[in-house]
Amino acid sequence: MPAMLRNLAQRLGMMAHGFTGGIHPENHKVSATLSSEPCPLSPVHILPMKMHIGEPCSPLVAVGDHVLRGQKIAKSEGYVSVPVHAPTSGRVVRIEQYAIPHPSGMGIPSIFIESDGDDVSDDSLEPIDDWRNTDPALLRERARKCGLAGLGGAVFPTFIKLVQDSRFPIEMVVLNGIECEPWLTTDHRLMLEYADEILSGLAITMHMVHAGAAIIAIEDNKPDAATAMRQALSEREGMDDVRVVLLPTRYPQGSEKQLIYALTGREVPAGKLPMHVGVLCLNVGTARALYQAVALGQPLTERMVCISGDAMPRPGNLRVRIGTPMRYVFAHQGLEDFESVRILHGGPMMGELLPHPDVPVVKSTNGMLAMRKASFVGVHTQEQACIRCGHCGEACPASLVPNLLADQCRSDQFDKAESYHLFDCIECGACSYVCPSNIPLVHYFRYGKGQIAQQRREKSFAEASRMRSVARDMRIEQEKQTRAARRSSVRKTHAPKDAPKAEAGAEVKAISQAGESGAATVADKTEQENKD
Amino acid sequence: MTGLLYALSSLGAFALLAGIVLAIAQKAFHVDGDPMVDKIDALLPQTQCGQCGYPGCKPYATAIAAAEVEVNQCVPGGERTMLVLADLMGVKPKAVEQEATAPMLAFVREDECIGCTLCIKACPVDAIIGAPKQYHTVLADHCTGCELCVEPCPVDCIDMLVKPELIEHWAWPLPMTRRSKLGHARRDHHAGYA
Amino acid sequence: MLVMLSSPHAHGGDSVRMMMLTVVLALMPAAAVSVYLFGWLAVLLILVCMFSCLATEAVCLKLMGKSLTTLLDNSAALTGLLLALTLPALVPWWMAVVGSVFAIVLGKQVYGGLGYNIFNPALSARVILLISFPLQMTTWLTPMSAAVPPVNLYDLSTCLTLFFAGPDALKLGLDAITMASPLGHVKTEWTQGVPVAQALSNYHYSYLNAFLGLETGSIGETSVLALLLGGIFLLARHSITWHIPFSYLTTVGVLAALFSSIDPNHFASPMFHLFAGGLMLCAFFMATDPVSSPVTPVGQIVFGIGCGVLTWSIRSFGGYPEGAMFSVLLMNCAVPLIDHYFRPHVYGYDSRVDDDV
Repeated sequence: MPAMLRNLAQRLGMMAHGFTGGIHPENHKVSATLSSEPCPLSPVHILPMKMHIGEPCSPLVAVGDHVLRGQKIAKSEGYVSVPVHAPTSGRVVRIEQYAIPHPSGMGIPSIFIESDGDDVSDDSLEPIDDWRNTDPALLRERARKCGLAGLGGAVFPTFIKLVQDSRFPIEMVVLNGIECEPWLTTDHRLMLEYADEILSGLAITMHMVHAGAAIIAIEDNKPDAATAMRQALSEREGMDDVRVVLLPTRYPQGSEKQLIYALTGREVPAGKLPMHVGVLCLNVGTARALYQAVALGQPLTERMVCISGDAMPRPGNLRVRIGTPMRYVFAHQGLEDFESVRILHGGPMMGELLPHPDVPVVKSTNGMLAMRKASFVGVHTQEQACIRCGHCGEACPASLVPNLLADQCRSDQFDKAESYHLFDCIECGACSYVCPSNIPLVHYFRYGKGQIAQQRREKSFAEASRMRSVARDMRIEQEKQTRAARRSSVRKTHAPKDAPKAEAGAEVKAISQAGESGAATVADKTEQENKD
Repeated sequence: MTGLLYALSSLGAFALLAGIVLAIAQKAFHVDGDPMVDKIDALLPQTQCGQCGYPGCKPYATAIAAAEVEVNQCVPGGERTMLVLADLMGVKPKAVEQEATAPMLAFVREDECIGCTLCIKACPVDAIIGAPKQYHTVLADHCTGCELCVEPCPVDCIDMLVKPELIEHWAWPLPMTRRSKLGHARRDHHAGYA
Repeated sequence: MLVMLSSPHAHGGDSVRMMMLTVVLALMPAAAVSVYLFGWLAVLLILVCMFSCLATEAVCLKLMGKSLTTLLDNSAALTGLLLALTLPALVPWWMAVVGSVFAIVLGKQVYGGLGYNIFNPALSARVILLISFPLQMTTWLTPMSAAVPPVNLYDLSTCLTLFFAGPDALKLGLDAITMASPLGHVKTEWTQGVPVAQALSNYHYSYLNAFLGLETGSIGETSVLALLLGGIFLLARHSITWHIPFSYLTTVGVLAALFSSIDPNHFASPMFHLFAGGLMLCAFFMATDPVSSPVTPVGQIVFGIGCGVLTWSIRSFGGYPEGAMFSVLLMNCAVPLIDHYFRPHVYGYDSRVDDDV
């Protein structure tokens, strides 16, 4: 019913398509005015085998091999996967487990490349100048070959999105330049400095999916970025159906589902993708990477990273090679002592807290924040009772009821939590942000989701084991029957004079053999009978 | 006196009617087989290890349905399985006596394997492949860690190794706040447990 | 070893302490009016209730082995203030203490403390007192705003004697110093067949007086103006949302308007209902108690409508002259059900979208 009222209000022009909920945290965009600089080459680069959503890659190189920048060093396994490329020229010195930016602190197999300082590129991929007349399938393959993944932080393999499906035509491409996380200015600087390349990437995208129109969505706290993009648009031909839209600054405006609703009034159905409502959403950084991959033949080896935070001596925006150790990047910006500092990978709302800076910069690293420990520790460890104030529900962009969900997850009522739409939570953190009782709501949801996932896995493994066990019992039973039948037929044809005695003996043996396998066979027989 | 007669006869008639209705219902709604056994079996981990004292999960399920055994015998299932079984059977939860180990996988040291196929025959889920006089090896994806293959091996070449934790399967633990432990305490208390 | 902390790693700064304190501040206009009307008696009542609530909570926390810093969440102090404002001025000191103990022990701690109570603690205490001591709880002292106030309530010693020793110590007969409340008067007159309009005129009832709070009643419920100011303050500070007060008051107004147009002799006008008794206080401060009210917006509207229907019905048809506190407590019972059935529409479950997508 509320949906009906909301739609009615919108149709009467009483409200724009703003998404429900959201919060207004302090922006802290201290690095917005700082032009990007190249990060110097680190002596060693560490490339994990999985920097994307999907299957991990497998190494193509061995220890001792010499590699060039842009050379494929790990191949993708499975469909949802993109390859890994060397960020600079050098020698492979190790292939072993190394920590990645992950809350568990666990590691995955990684390739260590010692830079040789020459930074020679492998120019094996030809630039495709005439992409306008190139088959989109080829361009899609180029996107996959170049290891493109969503650079807004989701790292979903881009080539999978760039598909033309006649059942779900793409009406509109949305370029996501919102960047609603506090502190982060990565996309902001990209739009100011590489507006033209971003637009080229957009044009390639529109050609690939045969989209009619596009919107470049920017939050209204970045008016200069909007101006830059508009300026670049006006200097281009053939992009009349592209416009820049400024949206009110509100977190999480940049969340794909909320952004699509705000721009088009369409909700992406639960469990489905934006393409099912005719929209393709792409981060501005990914669009630029697509241009570099197609028009310049450059695989993904570098990305823009915002280094900021209230404990950062020298904030900045750096163009960092993928695989650069985070410790090296921090040191370049003046931070070497991590005693009184907390490191965040990403923004404060959805980023991961890192136990130490000895992890590499990966494809999803849109920001590295150093925050003062004093203002950081223990906000949510002082959890108090929920007073049911409802602020969390007001803030939730998915219109869930976070306080009820958290209570269900905490007391292991997972069925109830699922029915209250636990899996529709986007883990944006708006609820925890507003909670006056300091309840770590998102943490409870993550616990719940993890337990449910684990239970599903165990259940499907148990079911598979049961099937195997049943099949085995049936096979053994079958073999016994075949053997018994053969034995009795042999006796019938070759029966000696004292046949009855031998047969009786054979029967006794058969019965005792059946008794050996015990209740299992009996139970399965019963089961088989029941099934019939 | 007539009042008593009326009371007796009306109540008697009602009882007779109820009895007839129940008899008809028993015939009409009769279910073949024992769905309870299947329900219980669905809750068990299907390790087929025999640690419960029964040769497989189905036999244990059958015994629970017949109320012949406690619900706390499944070691791999651990506390969680015991609690759901207790809930299903309507009995008081009871602690599982044996501590469950971390998930294990069997591993055949192939250099020492003599190809006798005894472990293949022992595995309740057919997770070991091989042939007579050929090396045997355990299919890690199918091994349930029941340990039934270790005993029969004449050259003792099978090790039980702890299953490696995959980062894809890592799950967030509960928050480390005093209050988060209350949730579990409340649930256990309601189950009449501890 | 770093304790595993999940995102978000930022917090808006809201706290339970500040929320409770905001409500206490919002009650200041009503408290000020109560002091104007009932002088030191109001002050004593408020102080004793607040102190008793805090002391009871301290004892409860000690018995439960919890830290006494919980007292700092201001919820006990707020319960004390709210309870005091719902009491008649002539309530003896021991009744105020008993009420406070009930409010904290049976209204809150027995359920597990703040956040776990089903019923509004102050209201449940008031109802317990009303049912246990019906006479004292329906005796209304003539306020200082009356033409000829019978007792000088601005004199501290008089009030101390009244509060701790009762009116007998002052050699005052109850008839001399008390009067009926507007609601009580209308109900009593109606049982004797006197129509509403006549009852109000022989009471010398004035809508302006009722709005400003110059009629008698419980010490904090009389002034619609003061309570409205407090309510608007709460709305502005986002301590409460508009759903409950709006739906509660609108329902009462609509029902009163409908029925008083059909039978004006029996049913009072909407304005009378909105100004009379504890409706304003309940609508803005009691029904909106976050712990005992629904969490979902549509649920809150349903809750408010339910409270409105019950309040108006009890007032018009029931035996008690005032129905607000009962109706809120009755609706409190239904809150978990309301929360379950009136959840908001979740993103992505728009039934209009084709399912073969």
